[in-house]
Amino acid sequence: MLTIDQATYDAIVAHAKRDHPDEACGIVAGPEGSDRPERVVEMVNAAGSPTFYEFDSTELLELYKEMWARDEEPVVIYHSHTATEAYPSRTDIGLASEPGAHYVLVSTREHGNNEGPVEFRSFRIVDGEVTEEEVNVVAALPS
Amino acid sequence: MAIEVRIPTILRTYTGGEKAVAGNGASLSALIDDLDAGHPGIKDRLVEEKDGKVDLRRFVNVYINDEDVRFIGGLDAPLSDGDQVVVLPAVAGGSV
Repeated sequence: MLTIDQATYDAIVAHAKRDHPDEACGIVAGPEGSDRPERVVEMVNAAGSPTFYEFDSTELLELYKEMWARDEEPVVIYHSHTATEAYPSRTDIGLASEPGAHYVLVSTREHGNNEGPVEFRSFRIVDGEVTEEEVNVVAALPS
Repeated sequence: MAIEVRIPTILRTYTGGEKAVAGNGASLSALIDDLDAGHPGIKDRLVEEKDGKVDLRRFVNVYINDEDVRFIGGLDAPLSDGDQVVVLPAVAGGSV
């Protein structure tokens, strides 16, 4: 199960809506081993594409160095699908490289940049195997 | 002195869970061969053969002293003792 606070959830959804029709991507970092998604880091989609996303390689290194310095890890890795359902594609599965992370997918296919509900789903992707998990949105993470 | 190589989570099965290992080599390809000797199988996760030529895998990023090796010679990028090498899988995907 992914437990995520409302503000972080809202930030991911807002990012996905803002970047529609391109795919938005980013991570939520948290203390290593804590499973607490605490710090949203929006990333630029270097692919700038409605069907593909990729973190810029230089920014990727900066991001990881910052996390290592803070003893953090990517607790959530999120991206949006802008014309299809919020389910990992074959590409997503093939390229998933953080077996400990929650892979969050948001689909903006219904309302695009506008107000309105989105699909927000979370998955584990390990060795090519996808397992959907429940998303528990809380007012604040337990201290 | 040797070259420190930072290993990403997904490849730590090859390093017994170690986050960083030491290696030697005057170029990135020599370093990868040296790593593979001590951690068999890791090379295949970093490089692939394309059109008869061995190259870094498209979705693996390698940095030498914070420089993406794609901009400094790829597998031929030179290395010296004390250099810091970081391996990071690309964070990428798509809807198709």
